[in-house]
Amino acid sequence: METIRFTVNGKSVELQIDPQTPLLWALRERLGLTGTKFGCGMALCGTCTVHVNGNAVGSCVTPVSAVRDQQVTTIEGLSRDRSHPVQRAWLQIQVPQCGYCQPGQMMGAAALLAVNKNPSDSDIDDAMAGNLCRCGTYARIRKAIHLAAELSRGQK
Amino acid sequence: MTGHAIPNFLLRVAIWMVAVFFYVLPLFLESSGGPQANAQENDKSVLAFRGVASVLTSPRCLNCHTSADGPLQGDDNHPHAMNVKRGTDGKGSAALRCRACHQTENAQFLNGSPGAADWQLPPAATPMAWKGLTTGEICRALKDPAKNGNRSPQDLIPHMETSLVRWAWSPGPGRILPPLSREEFVSRLKEWIDTGAACPE
Repeated sequence: METIRFTVNGKSVELQIDPQTPLLWALRERLGLTGTKFGCGMALCGTCTVHVNGNAVGSCVTPVSAVRDQQVTTIEGLSRDRSHPVQRAWLQIQVPQCGYCQPGQMMGAAALLAVNKNPSDSDIDDAMAGNLCRCGTYARIRKAIHLAAELSRGQK
Repeated sequence: MTGHAIPNFLLRVAIWMVAVFFYVLPLFLESSGGPQANAQENDKSVLAFRGVASVLTSPRCLNCHTSADGPLQGDDNHPHAMNVKRGTDGKGSAALRCRACHQTENAQFLNGSPGAADWQLPPAATPMAWKGLTTGEICRALKDPAKNGNRSPQDLIPHMETSLVRWAWSPGPGRILPPLSREEFVSRLKEWIDTGAACPE
Protein backbone atom coordinates (compact mmCIF):
# COMPACT_ATOMS: atom_id res chain seq x y z
CA MET A 1 0.00 0.00 0.00
CA GLU A 2 1.13 3.52 -0.75
CA THR A 3 -0.28 6.99 -0.32
CA ILE A 4 -1.14 8.35 -3.74
CA ARG A 5 -2.42 11.87 -4.28
CA PHE A 6 -3.96 13.19 -7.44
CA THR A 7 -6.70 15.52 -8.60
CA VAL A 8 -10.05 14.25 -9.86
CA ASN A 9 -12.46 16.67 -11.48
CA GLY A 10 -10.71 19.56 -9.79
CA LYS A 11 -10.64 18.04 -6.30
CA SER A 12 -7.51 16.76 -4.59
CA VAL A 13 -7.77 13.18 -3.38
CA GLU A 14 -5.46 10.97 -1.35
CA LEU A 15 -5.72 7.20 -1.33
CA GLN A 16 -3.96 4.46 0.62
CA ILE A 17 -3.87 1.96 -2.17
CA ASP A 18 -1.86 -0.73 -3.96
CA PRO A 19 -0.04 1.35 -6.58
CA GLN A 20 -0.77 -1.27 -9.27
CA THR A 21 -4.53 -0.92 -8.79
CA PRO A 22 -6.09 0.14 -12.10
CA LEU A 23 -7.20 3.78 -12.01
CA LEU A 24 -10.70 2.57 -13.00
CA TRP A 25 -11.16 0.76 -9.69
CA ALA A 26 -9.72 3.65 -7.70
CA LEU A 27 -12.29 5.92 -9.34
CA ARG A 28 -15.26 3.58 -9.09
CA GLU A 29 -14.71 1.72 -5.83
CA ARG A 30 -12.68 4.13 -3.72
CA LEU A 31 -14.01 7.47 -4.96
CA GLY A 32 -17.55 6.45 -5.96
CA LEU A 33 -17.25 7.89 -9.45
CA THR A 34 -19.22 5.15 -11.22
CA GLY A 35 -19.81 7.05 -14.45
CA THR A 36 -16.66 5.46 -15.85
CA LYS A 37 -17.51 1.90 -16.88
CA PHE A 38 -15.62 -1.39 -16.94
CA GLY A 39 -15.66 -3.02 -20.37
CA CYS A 40 -12.87 -5.41 -21.31
CA GLY A 41 -10.20 -4.65 -18.72
CA MET A 42 -7.53 -4.87 -21.44
CA ALA A 43 -7.67 -1.47 -23.15
CA LEU A 44 -9.50 -2.96 -26.10
CA CYS A 45 -12.91 -1.26 -25.95
CA GLY A 46 -12.50 2.32 -24.70
CA THR A 47 -15.42 2.10 -22.28
CA CYS A 48 -13.22 3.16 -19.35
CA THR A 49 -11.78 6.25 -21.08
CA VAL A 50 -10.96 9.19 -18.81
CA HIS A 51 -8.64 12.15 -19.24
CA VAL A 52 -5.25 12.43 -17.60
CA ASN A 53 -3.92 15.96 -18.07
CA GLY A 54 -6.38 16.32 -20.94
CA ASN A 55 -5.31 13.18 -22.79
CA ALA A 56 -7.70 10.26 -23.22
CA VAL A 57 -6.44 7.14 -21.45
CA GLY A 58 -7.86 3.72 -20.73
CA SER A 59 -8.32 3.73 -16.97
CA CYS A 60 -8.55 -0.06 -16.81
CA VAL A 61 -4.88 -0.45 -17.80
CA THR A 62 -3.54 2.65 -16.11
CA PRO A 63 -2.10 1.85 -12.68
CA VAL A 64 -3.16 4.44 -10.16
CA SER A 65 0.52 5.13 -9.49
CA ALA A 66 0.75 6.59 -13.01
CA VAL A 67 -1.58 9.47 -12.09
CA ARG A 68 0.29 10.52 -8.94
CA ASP A 69 0.12 14.33 -8.82
CA GLN A 70 -1.73 14.37 -12.15
CA GLN A 71 -5.08 15.87 -13.20
CA VAL A 72 -7.77 13.27 -13.87
CA THR A 73 -11.13 14.12 -15.42
CA THR A 74 -14.01 11.65 -15.55
CA ILE A 75 -17.37 11.90 -17.27
CA GLU A 76 -18.71 13.45 -14.06
CA GLY A 77 -16.20 16.28 -14.43
CA LEU A 78 -16.74 17.10 -18.10
CA SER A 79 -19.00 19.95 -16.92
CA ARG A 80 -21.11 20.70 -13.83
CA ASP A 81 -24.28 21.42 -15.77
CA ARG A 82 -24.17 19.38 -18.98
CA SER A 83 -22.93 22.46 -20.80
CA HIS A 84 -19.91 20.87 -22.44
CA PRO A 85 -20.44 20.91 -26.22
CA VAL A 86 -20.10 17.13 -26.32
CA GLN A 87 -22.84 16.70 -23.72
CA ARG A 88 -25.12 19.15 -25.52
CA ALA A 89 -24.54 17.44 -28.85
CA TRP A 90 -25.07 13.97 -27.38
CA LEU A 91 -28.40 15.06 -25.93
CA GLN A 92 -29.49 16.84 -29.09
CA ILE A 93 -28.65 13.92 -31.39
CA GLN A 94 -29.83 11.35 -28.79
CA VAL A 95 -26.74 9.27 -29.44
CA PRO A 96 -26.98 6.44 -26.87
CA GLN A 97 -28.89 3.21 -27.28
CA CYS A 98 -28.02 1.04 -24.28
CA GLY A 99 -25.58 3.75 -23.19
CA TYR A 100 -22.93 1.60 -21.54
CA CYS A 101 -20.07 2.72 -23.76
CA GLN A 102 -21.15 6.34 -23.98
CA PRO A 103 -19.11 7.82 -21.08
CA GLY A 104 -16.00 6.53 -22.83
CA GLN A 105 -17.22 7.72 -26.22
CA MET A 106 -17.89 11.20 -24.86
CA MET A 107 -14.52 11.43 -23.14
CA GLY A 108 -12.81 10.33 -26.37
CA ALA A 109 -14.80 12.92 -28.34
CA ALA A 110 -13.95 15.67 -25.84
CA ALA A 111 -10.25 14.80 -26.07
CA LEU A 112 -10.44 14.97 -29.86
CA LEU A 113 -12.20 18.35 -29.90
CA ALA A 114 -9.69 19.76 -27.43
CA VAL A 115 -6.98 19.40 -30.07
CA ASN A 116 -9.02 19.55 -33.29
CA LYS A 117 -11.85 22.08 -33.45
CA ASN A 118 -12.99 21.01 -36.90
CA PRO A 119 -12.41 17.28 -37.33
CA SER A 120 -13.14 15.53 -40.61
CA ASP A 121 -14.93 12.19 -40.77
CA SER A 122 -11.51 10.60 -41.13
CA ASP A 123 -10.15 12.44 -38.08
CA ILE A 124 -13.15 11.25 -36.07
CA ASP A 125 -12.78 7.66 -37.26
CA ASP A 126 -9.08 7.64 -36.35
CA ALA A 127 -9.58 9.25 -32.96
CA MET A 128 -12.56 7.15 -31.96
CA ALA A 129 -11.24 3.82 -33.27
CA GLY A 130 -10.49 2.68 -29.74
CA ASN A 131 -14.07 3.14 -28.53
CA LEU A 132 -16.38 0.26 -29.39
CA CYS A 133 -20.19 0.31 -29.33
CA ARG A 134 -22.05 -3.00 -29.45
CA CYS A 135 -25.29 -1.15 -30.29
CA GLY A 136 -23.66 0.33 -33.39
CA THR A 137 -24.32 3.99 -32.67
CA TYR A 138 -21.26 5.02 -34.65
CA ALA A 139 -23.20 7.07 -37.20
CA ARG A 140 -24.84 9.13 -34.46
CA ILE A 141 -21.53 9.46 -32.60
CA ARG A 142 -19.88 10.88 -35.69
CA LYS A 143 -22.81 13.24 -36.31
CA ALA A 144 -22.75 14.39 -32.68
CA ILE A 145 -19.01 15.09 -32.81
CA HIS A 146 -19.52 17.30 -35.86
CA LEU A 147 -22.32 19.10 -33.98
CA ALA A 148 -20.18 19.43 -30.85
CA ALA A 149 -17.42 20.93 -32.99
CA GLU A 150 -19.88 23.50 -34.34
CA LEU A 151 -21.08 24.24 -30.82
CA SER A 152 -17.48 24.66 -29.68
CA ARG A 153 -16.87 27.15 -32.45
CA GLY A 154 -20.03 29.01 -31.49
CA GLN A 155 -21.70 28.32 -34.82
CA LYS A 156 -24.90 26.87 -33.33
CA MET B 1 80.18 -16.57 -70.75
CA THR B 2 80.06 -12.80 -70.91
CA GLY B 3 77.18 -13.17 -73.30
CA HIS B 4 75.09 -14.90 -70.54
CA ALA B 5 76.05 -12.48 -67.75
CA ILE B 6 73.63 -9.73 -68.68
CA PRO B 7 70.61 -12.03 -69.20
CA ASN B 8 71.34 -13.71 -65.83
CA PHE B 9 71.50 -10.34 -64.17
CA LEU B 10 68.25 -9.29 -65.82
CA LEU B 11 66.66 -12.58 -64.80
CA ARG B 12 67.62 -12.02 -61.16
CA VAL B 13 66.27 -8.49 -61.24
CA ALA B 14 63.04 -9.77 -62.73
CA ILE B 15 62.70 -12.45 -60.04
CA TRP B 16 63.29 -9.85 -57.36
CA MET B 17 60.70 -7.57 -58.87
CA VAL B 18 58.15 -10.36 -59.01
CA ALA B 19 58.91 -11.25 -55.39
CA VAL B 20 58.54 -7.65 -54.31
CA PHE B 21 55.29 -7.28 -56.20
CA PHE B 22 53.59 -10.45 -54.99
CA TYR B 23 55.03 -10.84 -51.50
CA VAL B 24 56.69 -7.78 -50.06
CA LEU B 25 54.31 -5.17 -51.46
CA PRO B 26 51.12 -6.81 -50.10
CA LEU B 27 52.77 -7.10 -46.69
CA PHE B 28 53.65 -3.44 -46.85
CA LEU B 29 50.17 -2.44 -47.96
CA GLU B 30 48.57 -4.55 -45.26
CA SER B 31 50.72 -2.99 -42.55
CA SER B 32 49.89 0.47 -43.88
CA GLY B 33 46.11 -0.11 -44.14
CA GLY B 34 45.94 -0.77 -47.85
CA PRO B 35 43.15 -2.31 -49.96
CA GLN B 36 43.40 -5.81 -48.42
CA ALA B 37 43.12 -4.40 -44.91
CA ASN B 38 40.24 -2.25 -46.04
CA ALA B 39 38.52 -5.27 -47.54
CA GLN B 40 38.92 -7.19 -44.28
CA GLU B 41 37.57 -4.23 -42.32
CA ASN B 42 34.65 -4.00 -44.74
CA ASP B 43 33.90 -7.71 -44.30
CA LYS B 44 33.99 -7.32 -40.50
CA SER B 45 31.63 -4.36 -40.74
CA VAL B 46 29.17 -6.17 -42.98
CA LEU B 47 29.26 -9.21 -40.71
CA ALA B 48 28.60 -7.01 -37.68
CA PHE B 49 25.66 -5.40 -39.45
CA ARG B 50 24.12 -8.76 -40.25
CA GLY B 51 23.91 -9.30 -36.50
CA VAL B 52 22.37 -5.86 -36.03
CA ALA B 53 19.86 -6.57 -38.80
CA SER B 54 18.79 -9.83 -37.18
CA VAL B 55 17.49 -7.73 -34.28
CA LEU B 56 16.05 -4.93 -36.40
CA THR B 57 13.94 -7.46 -38.30
CA SER B 58 12.62 -9.16 -35.18
CA PRO B 59 8.93 -8.60 -34.35
CA ARG B 60 9.81 -6.37 -31.41
CA CYS B 61 11.34 -3.83 -33.82
CA LEU B 62 9.30 -4.49 -36.97
CA ASN B 63 5.96 -3.84 -35.28
CA CYS B 64 6.75 -0.14 -35.09
CA HIS B 65 9.28 0.12 -37.92
CA THR B 66 6.52 -0.40 -40.46
CA SER B 67 5.43 1.45 -43.57
CA ALA B 68 1.77 1.00 -42.60
CA ASP B 69 -0.08 4.03 -41.23
CA GLY B 70 -0.39 2.34 -37.87
CA PRO B 71 1.53 -0.10 -35.68
CA LEU B 72 1.58 -3.86 -35.96
CA GLN B 73 1.45 -6.21 -33.00
CA GLY B 74 2.23 -9.75 -31.96
CA ASP B 75 4.99 -12.07 -33.10
CA ASP B 76 3.20 -12.43 -36.46
CA ASN B 77 3.19 -8.67 -37.15
CA HIS B 78 -0.58 -8.38 -37.54
CA PRO B 79 -2.21 -4.94 -37.68
CA HIS B 80 -2.77 -3.38 -34.27
CA ALA B 81 -6.28 -3.90 -32.91
CA MET B 82 -8.80 -1.08 -33.25
CA ASN B 83 -7.22 0.36 -36.39
CA VAL B 84 -4.80 2.39 -34.29
CA LYS B 85 -3.07 5.08 -36.37
CA ARG B 86 0.51 6.36 -36.32
CA GLY B 87 -0.31 10.11 -36.29
CA THR B 88 2.13 12.65 -37.67
CA ASP B 89 4.41 12.53 -34.63
CA GLY B 90 4.29 8.75 -34.35
CA LYS B 91 2.45 8.94 -31.02
CA GLY B 92 -1.05 8.18 -32.25
CA SER B 93 -4.01 10.16 -33.49
CA ALA B 94 -5.55 13.13 -31.70
CA ALA B 95 -7.69 11.33 -29.13
CA LEU B 96 -6.12 7.91 -29.41
CA ARG B 97 -2.54 8.47 -28.38
CA CYS B 98 -0.25 5.53 -27.73
CA ARG B 99 -0.18 6.69 -24.11
CA ALA B 100 -3.93 6.05 -23.83
CA CYS B 101 -3.10 2.39 -23.27
CA HIS B 102 0.69 2.01 -23.13
CA GLN B 103 2.07 3.10 -19.78
CA THR B 104 5.68 3.61 -18.74
CA GLU B 105 6.05 -0.09 -17.99
CA ASN B 106 4.35 -3.35 -18.88
CA ALA B 107 0.96 -3.77 -17.23
CA GLN B 108 1.34 -6.29 -14.44
CA PHE B 109 -1.87 -8.18 -15.13
CA LEU B 110 -2.89 -10.83 -17.63
CA ASN B 111 -3.03 -9.56 -21.23
CA GLY B 112 -2.11 -6.08 -20.05
CA SER B 113 -0.64 -3.61 -22.52
CA PRO B 114 3.14 -3.50 -22.85
CA GLY B 115 4.74 -0.21 -21.92
CA ALA B 116 7.89 1.91 -21.85
CA ALA B 117 8.52 5.56 -21.07
CA ASP B 118 8.71 6.77 -24.66
CA TRP B 119 6.26 4.44 -26.40
CA GLN B 120 5.79 5.55 -30.01
CA LEU B 121 6.39 4.74 -33.66
CA PRO B 122 8.81 6.67 -35.85
CA PRO B 123 7.15 9.88 -37.11
CA ALA B 124 5.13 9.71 -40.33
CA ALA B 125 7.75 11.76 -42.23
CA THR B 126 10.51 9.24 -41.42
CA PRO B 127 8.81 5.87 -40.78
CA MET B 128 12.11 3.93 -40.94
CA ALA B 129 10.22 0.89 -42.17
CA TRP B 130 12.21 -2.33 -42.43
CA LYS B 131 9.60 -4.81 -43.56
CA GLY B 132 10.24 -6.10 -47.09
CA LEU B 133 13.74 -4.58 -47.32
CA THR B 134 16.92 -6.59 -47.87
CA THR B 135 19.64 -6.40 -45.23
CA GLY B 136 21.60 -4.04 -47.46
CA GLU B 137 18.60 -1.80 -47.99
CA ILE B 138 17.97 -1.64 -44.24
CA CYS B 139 21.61 -0.74 -43.71
CA ARG B 140 21.54 2.07 -46.26
CA ALA B 141 18.24 3.39 -44.87
CA LEU B 142 19.72 3.37 -41.38
CA LYS B 143 22.62 5.51 -42.57
CA ASP B 144 20.55 7.92 -44.65
CA PRO B 145 20.05 11.19 -42.69
CA ALA B 146 17.04 12.00 -44.86
CA LYS B 147 15.35 8.82 -43.64
CA ASN B 148 16.71 8.35 -40.14
CA GLY B 149 15.84 11.67 -38.53
CA ASN B 150 19.16 13.28 -39.48
CA ARG B 151 21.25 10.88 -37.38
CA SER B 152 24.84 9.91 -37.96
CA PRO B 153 25.72 6.23 -37.38
CA GLN B 154 27.12 7.28 -33.96
CA ASP B 155 23.78 8.94 -33.13
CA LEU B 156 22.11 5.52 -33.41
CA ILE B 157 23.77 4.35 -30.20
CA PRO B 158 21.77 6.68 -27.90
CA HIS B 159 18.57 5.54 -29.66
CA MET B 160 19.42 1.95 -28.77
CA GLU B 161 19.76 3.01 -25.13
CA THR B 162 16.21 4.41 -24.88
CA SER B 163 13.74 2.68 -22.64
CA LEU B 164 11.59 1.87 -25.68
CA VAL B 165 14.38 -0.05 -27.41
CA ARG B 166 15.44 -1.65 -24.12
CA TRP B 167 11.85 -2.84 -23.73
CA ALA B 168 12.42 -5.25 -26.65
CA TRP B 169 14.42 -7.41 -24.24
CA SER B 170 11.75 -7.35 -21.52
CA PRO B 171 8.52 -7.41 -23.53
CA GLY B 172 6.48 -9.40 -21.07
CA PRO B 173 4.95 -12.87 -21.48
CA GLY B 174 3.84 -14.10 -24.90
CA ARG B 175 6.30 -12.03 -26.92
CA ILE B 176 9.50 -13.51 -28.34
CA LEU B 177 12.84 -11.83 -27.66
CA PRO B 178 15.22 -10.52 -30.35
CA PRO B 179 17.73 -13.16 -31.49
CA LEU B 180 20.72 -11.46 -29.80
CA SER B 181 21.07 -10.29 -26.23
CA ARG B 182 20.93 -6.52 -25.80
CA GLU B 183 24.62 -6.40 -24.87
CA GLU B 184 25.58 -8.39 -27.97
CA PHE B 185 23.34 -6.22 -30.14
CA VAL B 186 24.93 -2.98 -28.90
CA SER B 187 28.38 -4.55 -29.25
CA ARG B 188 27.69 -5.50 -32.89
CA LEU B 189 26.27 -2.04 -33.56
CA LYS B 190 29.39 -0.36 -32.19
CA GLU B 191 31.62 -2.77 -34.11
CA TRP B 192 29.71 -1.97 -37.31
CA ILE B 193 30.19 1.76 -36.74
CA ASP B 194 33.86 1.45 -35.70
CA THR B 195 34.67 -0.58 -38.80
CA GLY B 196 33.24 1.98 -41.18
CA ALA B 197 29.48 1.20 -41.10
CA ALA B 198 29.72 -0.80 -44.31
CA CYS B 199 26.57 -2.20 -45.85
CA PRO B 200 25.93 -5.55 -47.53
CA GLU B 201 25.09 -5.43 -51.25
